[in-house]
Amino acid sequence: MALVSVKDLHKSFGELEVLKGIDLEIEAGEVVSIIGRSGSGKSTLLRCLNQLEQHDWGTIHLADQRLDGTAMSPGELSQNVGMVFQSFNLFPHKTVIENVMLAPLVVKQTPREEARRIAEAVLAKVGMSEKVDAYPAQLSGGQQQRVAIARALAMNPKVLLCDEVTSALDPELVGEVLRVLEDLAREGMTLILVTHEMKFARDVSDRVVFMHQGRIHESGDPQTLFTRPRTPELNQFIASVL
Amino acid sequence: MTDFTLWDIVRNLLLAGRWTVVLSLIAFTGGAVVGLVLTLARMGGLWPVRWLIRLYVDLFQGTPLLMQLFLAYFGAAVLGFDVSAWTAASVALTLFTSAFLCDIWRGCVEAVPSGQWQAARVLGLNYLQSMRHVILPQALRLAVPPTVGFSVQVIKGTALASVIGFVELTKAGTMLNNAAFAPFTIFALVALGYFILCYPLSRYARHLEKKLYGAGIR
Ligand SMILES: Nc1ncnc2c1ncn2[C@@H]1O[C@H](COP(=O)(O)OP(=O)(O)O)[C@@H](O)[C@H]1O
Ligand SMILES: [Mg+2]
Repeated sequence: MALVSVKDLHKSFGELEVLKGIDLEIEAGEVVSIIGRSGSGKSTLLRCLNQLEQHDWGTIHLADQRLDGTAMSPGELSQNVGMVFQSFNLFPHKTVIENVMLAPLVVKQTPREEARRIAEAVLAKVGMSEKVDAYPAQLSGGQQQRVAIARALAMNPKVLLCDEVTSALDPELVGEVLRVLEDLAREGMTLILVTHEMKFARDVSDRVVFMHQGRIHESGDPQTLFTRPRTPELNQFIASVL
Repeated sequence: MTDFTLWDIVRNLLLAGRWTVVLSLIAFTGGAVVGLVLTLARMGGLWPVRWLIRLYVDLFQGTPLLMQLFLAYFGAAVLGFDVSAWTAASVALTLFTSAFLCDIWRGCVEAVPSGQWQAARVLGLNYLQSMRHVILPQALRLAVPPTVGFSVQVIKGTALASVIGFVELTKAGTMLNNAAFAPFTIFALVALGYFILCYPLSRYARHLEKKLYGAGIR
């Protein structure tokens, strides 16, 4: 069975139907990039996957466990699905290591020394070992985003959702964040990324999903999808971003 | 009447000024405790709770403090409670302060960006954990300058307690003037007393505000 299984997912905001029946199966270890025009529902899909938004219809399963509705508490959910935001959202009043240790301490009630070890390990993984005692405001955007990735990894989630995690960065800082994601992909982390970095989507993902007007319009392996799009909408989209 | 030396006047005002300070402290401490409970209930409670608290805040903000003091003192008497001027002034000023602080603090909690709630939620923190570890520490930093600033209003508000016979700085001034007939000297000294209490607080509030903007929060 797939690790993530989404069936017939619908979501409206008032009159506006944003997701019009999404079916998506993602295997463990798979890296899936979601591309598409602004407003096509990419963020909403990710936010339904970790229940920041409640969908109106359909089901979401993780492994064989129902994830939506009240089936999972936020605490359980966070140990299954991690998320990294475009705007980092680090806690400005906490140092780097405190940011990373907070959820293990508070949600998992991990003993402090162990939480610290976990935090140091994930910070090393994203190359931020030197800055454990810095405050977010003292870091560059790229460094903040790497800490945000470490913070999500500290809960040891089965899937990591990334919503345009490089879009708020200066161009010269994009590379360091993408490299971290690439490392994670290589290590076998299951990643679902909404991204505008087409080169990254093509080189790193196992599968690319093109969303258009609330539906999965086309999906497939990146080579085929980018070189031989089947629909005019995808063709147009690729032309507009390359 | 006996002759009053300047020192007699100052000494009596200082003695009465103690009660201005004590009443201010009671009102501010009590108001802060009640205000904090109201703020948390207003942020996390069900809609009837939120609605009631909002009504409470609007009532206290929308009526003169003087009327609130009258109601606490004379109203309680009408209802058969025998309240002293002390109790009435403390209760009225506490409630008045709590309503304003509740409103100030709600604004501070709401000023914390929604991304902070989302980040906490995604990490698995529930409402209370998010409040305690993520939102309140940030709201607190925003809240210090306006809270210190409002304490000045509380101190000046205690002057109104004189109308229900509570002997604090203003009432003492009036009584002294009845005996000594030196209105200009006496009320200038009374005003100076308030200024000495309030000015450092306003300065401090302004300083904190600058520091906060300097730190780039918001
Ligand atoms: N909380 C919300 N309330 C109302 N409308 C929303 C909300 N979130 C998103 N939308 C709308 O849903 C549509 C899809 O948004 P989104 O999923 O963010 O698209 P994308 O991430 O692909 O740009 C947009 O039209 C957006 O305005
Ligand atoms: Mg989006």
